[in-house]
Amino acid sequence: MSTIAIIDYGMGNLHSVSKAIEHVSTNTKVVVSSDQHVIRSADRVVLPGVGAIRDCMAEIKRLGFDELVKEQVQQKPVLGICVGMQAMMEHSQENGGVDGLALFEGEVEYFGDSLYDGEQRLKVPHMGWNQVKQSPGHPMWHNIDDLDRFYFVHSYYVSSSVNAAVGVTEYGKSIAAAVSKKNIFSVQFHPEKSQHAGLQLLKNFTEWDGVA
Amino acid sequence: MGLAKRIIPCLDVDQGRVVKGVQFVDIRDAGDPVEVAKKYDEQGADEVTFLDITASHEGRDTTIHTVEKMASEVFIPLTVGGGIRKVEDIRDMLNAGADKVSINTAAVFNPDFVGEAAARFGSQCIVVAIDAKCVSAPGEPGRWEIFTHGGRKPTGIDAVEWAKKMSALGAGEILLTSMDRDGMKSGFDIGVTRAIVDAVNIPVIASGGVGNLQHLADGVTLGGADAVLAASIFHFGEYSIQQAKTFMSDQGIEMRF
Repeated sequence: MSTIAIIDYGMGNLHSVSKAIEHVSTNTKVVVSSDQHVIRSADRVVLPGVGAIRDCMAEIKRLGFDELVKEQVQQKPVLGICVGMQAMMEHSQENGGVDGLALFEGEVEYFGDSLYDGEQRLKVPHMGWNQVKQSPGHPMWHNIDDLDRFYFVHSYYVSSSVNAAVGVTEYGKSIAAAVSKKNIFSVQFHPEKSQHAGLQLLKNFTEWDGVA
Repeated sequence: MGLAKRIIPCLDVDQGRVVKGVQFVDIRDAGDPVEVAKKYDEQGADEVTFLDITASHEGRDTTIHTVEKMASEVFIPLTVGGGIRKVEDIRDMLNAGADKVSINTAAVFNPDFVGEAAARFGSQCIVVAIDAKCVSAPGEPGRWEIFTHGGRKPTGIDAVEWAKKMSALGAGEILLTSMDRDGMKSGFDIGVTRAIVDAVNIPVIASGGVGNLQHLADGVTLGGADAVLAASIFHFGEYSIQQAKTFMSDQGIEMRF
């Protein structure tokens, strides 16, 4: 039995992530915790996140999770989700500019108020099911069809031009749907809300040894 | 390659049972909400909306429990509406497993509540529900006003202006219901849908009046909606979600399969 710790830093509902992982893996114990000892003793770690980046980063720092996450990514597979992924970048434009954990090179940018696909004006937030073009061969994409759809909901994005991009989605701009480096795999979409494709990705995480 | 239009089955839930009436009367029992939501998830629904029409306080606990159970078994986005009046109501629903909450009457009485909610929980989880009725005479340019209390109370507020205001305050999405069409099976009110879609830059869900699959397609192609919401045509087995998606896809609408 392996253990996955979902880092609880008070930002939003972690129930869905926890239930979705339990749903796909009978031999994984899922714990939602803010206890550093519990997180350190887990085999894998999830950094989730919803809401605004300033509040997320403030809580991550207040609870000492910035150093903890930097330490954990050296040791075991870590999955970042949504704002959890954005928090791993160097900097975000949201809330007037907020520094991130800098685990990946790159900036989190705003979609802007006039986003277009050709003639068609696109709504912000980017909300709904969009296709993800995979970088082939990453074990986290195992058993998921290329261009399968995942559920997104966000107004800020990371450009697909960052070195670490391993999944790309088009929404007026070419955005990083997933970034990965060594033990870290982070996604902009919500796997816990992306039905079959998302559940498969979570299943892959329960089996991933952290090597791309 | 691009964002798919969404089909959202809506569950009107009273005292822990799915019900559906015609313009809020003539309620028929349509089953256990968790079982109904699971069925739609299996059929490929893109989201599920749960509208709590229970008026009593005791009913709230039942609702929270049902949302918890639904969120444990259904892995697509879940919106909960009905009786969301305070920040604590939002927190309770999000903690129970909802991804978004839908605010209706409370926004009309206190618009700043929407701003407060968006600042606290993020725009991505704040849906503002607008119940609109046509108030222009036949032949006049379309004009729609907001009604509260299940379409019974007029407010005198212009629906298009209201949608703009809600968007500016931080709403992440608009759930637009035509009270003239709700339960009538004669199709969405395309006029108000198009007017609001063009007025705001956030996604709009069209609701109220779906009687067949062409109505769903029209909501997107004519109304410009980002998502379409329906209840009766799915609850009573007239059409499956897959049939609806195939039909819409055949009309050139991008759908998720």
